[in-house]
Amino acid sequence: MNAPAGIADGRKAGPADRSLEAKLRRAERRRSLNAFLLVAPLLAFIVVVFAGPILSLLYFSVDDPKLAEVMPRTAQIVDAWDGAELPGEEAYATLVEEIRTAYKARTVAAAAMRLNYEISGFRSMVMRTGRKIRRITGPPYKEALIGLDERWGDLAYWRAIKASAGPYTTRYLLAAVDLQRKWDGSIGAAPPERTIYIDYLKRTFWISFWVLACCIAIGYPMAFLIATSGKRWSRFLLVLVLLPFWTSLLVRTAAWVVLLQNEGIINDFLLYGGIVDEPLTLIFNRTGVYIAMVHILLPFLVLPLYAVMRNIPASQMRAAASLGARPVAAFLSVYLPQTLPGLGAGCILVFILALGFYITPALIGGAADQMLSYLIAEFATRTGNWGMASAIAILLLLSVAALYPVYRGLVRGGTFRFG
Amino acid sequence: MKAIGRNLKPLFAVAAALGVLSGAAEARDFTIASWGGTYQDAQRDVYFTPFSEESGIAFLEDVYLGGWAQFQAMQDTGQIPWDVVQVETSELVRGCEEGVFVQLDWSKLVPREQMLPDAVTECGVGMLVWSVVIAYNADTISKAPATLADFWDTKTWPGKRGMRKGPKLNLEYALMADGVAPADVYKVLNTPEGVDRAFAKLDEVKPLVQWWEAGAQAPEWLAAGDVELSVAYNGRITNAQKDGKNLQMVWDGTIYAIDSWAIIEGAPNQDAGYAFIKFTTDPGRQASFTKAYAYGPTHKDGVAMVDPERAKSLPAGDNLATGLFGGSQESINFWVDYQEELTERWNRWVAQN
Repeated sequence: MNAPAGIADGRKAGPADRSLEAKLRRAERRRSLNAFLLVAPLLAFIVVVFAGPILSLLYFSVDDPKLAEVMPRTAQIVDAWDGAELPGEEAYATLVEEIRTAYKARTVAAAAMRLNYEISGFRSMVMRTGRKIRRITGPPYKEALIGLDERWGDLAYWRAIKASAGPYTTRYLLAAVDLQRKWDGSIGAAPPERTIYIDYLKRTFWISFWVLACCIAIGYPMAFLIATSGKRWSRFLLVLVLLPFWTSLLVRTAAWVVLLQNEGIINDFLLYGGIVDEPLTLIFNRTGVYIAMVHILLPFLVLPLYAVMRNIPASQMRAAASLGARPVAAFLSVYLPQTLPGLGAGCILVFILALGFYITPALIGGAADQMLSYLIAEFATRTGNWGMASAIAILLLLSVAALYPVYRGLVRGGTFRFG
Repeated sequence: MKAIGRNLKPLFAVAAALGVLSGAAEARDFTIASWGGTYQDAQRDVYFTPFSEESGIAFLEDVYLGGWAQFQAMQDTGQIPWDVVQVETSELVRGCEEGVFVQLDWSKLVPREQMLPDAVTECGVGMLVWSVVIAYNADTISKAPATLADFWDTKTWPGKRGMRKGPKLNLEYALMADGVAPADVYKVLNTPEGVDRAFAKLDEVKPLVQWWEAGAQAPEWLAAGDVELSVAYNGRITNAQKDGKNLQMVWDGTIYAIDSWAIIEGAPNQDAGYAFIKFTTDPGRQASFTKAYAYGPTHKDGVAMVDPERAKSLPAGDNLATGLFGGSQESINFWVDYQEELTERWNRWVAQN
């Protein structure tokens, strides 16, 4: 910390001045320490609950210790092997010995599960080999192992072991963008039946985009109405926006299930009114997802817009009119530009929140309406493949990060600062 | 990469410290994890509370809703919140192989030969037989279906169909409807052509299918008329019958499996676990449990003790004549191996029009 300017410049510093200077410096230091202590809890909080999980997410998406933990020597040998043709007797002997020990210690299954990610069916092949490994009593191990299961003589399986040797891997991150690393290190497209992640990413963006479009179409006039109507009306309308905002996401989603189902209130009303003859299918399809998501996200657009619109004096529009502008021109050149910062903030909030939606599409959507979060949940809770779950989470995180420049572009020139 | 690992260490230390603090109360009561809801209520009445009264062992309950995540977490953190858990066969086998469950000492349990052979495994004691069936609403349906193939007959039954989300069960159903004998289903599925054939058969009904995720949805949809036919857990259907809904089941081509109790490795109350599991294999209790929930007993004598009228809606005896045992070793091996690959393929397939 520099001493305040008045003391530092010009005057010769006598002993008294020096002690004053020191005192000031000490006070300054104390102040910045106090400031630091005040933000310390927040900093610690951010590190523990925000930066920490994101870093561990990154870590889990490349971490690959299983095979090397269970079969360290095999991993080592295979890592050094070039993968061009079947490995030698030493590799087979080591593998047999390590499967034998690991099978006894009940640790082999974890490694087998890891190998199964490379080739489906590898797990049960290792487990079966483990059960029968007693039959192998001595060399030559290569023939003995191939005798137990001929797939041990298949190069593809040894390359799969090489790919799993760890301790770090790019397979999850590559798989999350429909790519795979071949045994020789080159990167290519994943087999067509397994390329689903980019489709899910596209769908996630597509759904979010339409939700945002609907939110703007409904939210902009709504915010305008709230900002420009009389005090009592505007308060009432604001409560209408806020009330659902204060209700839990799950409750609102469940409420939409009740409303939208075939025997739900909306269909009953339409049938009763003779508007339709057959109940409309509003649930377990895209329509239902849009309706519920737009409703849930609308306040995030209306509130920032309202905050901006409230501060635009009504006299400006009147002034524009008195200067000869038609209503549309006045709106486009006077009103709209001033609301852009609020609109930008609202859009980015709605879009980013929409990208991460899980509960609403899961409960209201059909099987073809699920978004990326659905896959994350499936890997994290069902199959326990945390590497894949982390990799998809990173894909989602990066696509959100990629939106920041878009946001900057959107509000360039505006006075609003986001964060 | 190494550097990331090093930088993360302090963070993990903090996280571990928090974990330790929150899990500090270690010496806990005997804890049973089951599947929640009215099902666990019934278990409490028939098994948990009587066991506690008889043995003087206090118990706590928790809910486990399937999947591997909880066990993965137990392995990674060393925190064991449960002593005994009810699991499906695929988790049972995986947990047994990976050392999550205790390899049972059967001398502390009921004599093996008194149980159904499929209920006796290395790490689990089968506690009930459950099944999925084709169900329909007898009040509204035009003509009652009789076979699994009828589920694919979209001329006679043009309405929507409910099926469970995901590839499991559906691929098996598709092959059986396509004429594969139950005994050959997994042999066929183990070939790429077999999987293609199953998906092709599913294509025929796909436009009509509404996929459910929770077991309770199937009877709800049938009762509300959202779907005309639905795959459903038989226990859910009999429960709906109790509520006055006229839902009926087709047993042809049913897929049945066994859920088992397992003791978790490293859990503090393992002896209580053994005593509890032995208690639940009592044939009389198992028979009385079928009154509350229509899942079959696993003790051979229990099957005989069930009221004959009730036995008609249980996955037992003649009802399983044309059924497929989804708890067989080949079924489990198939699904542990191919779950992920086929789920990816299924997720892709289901989103295509």
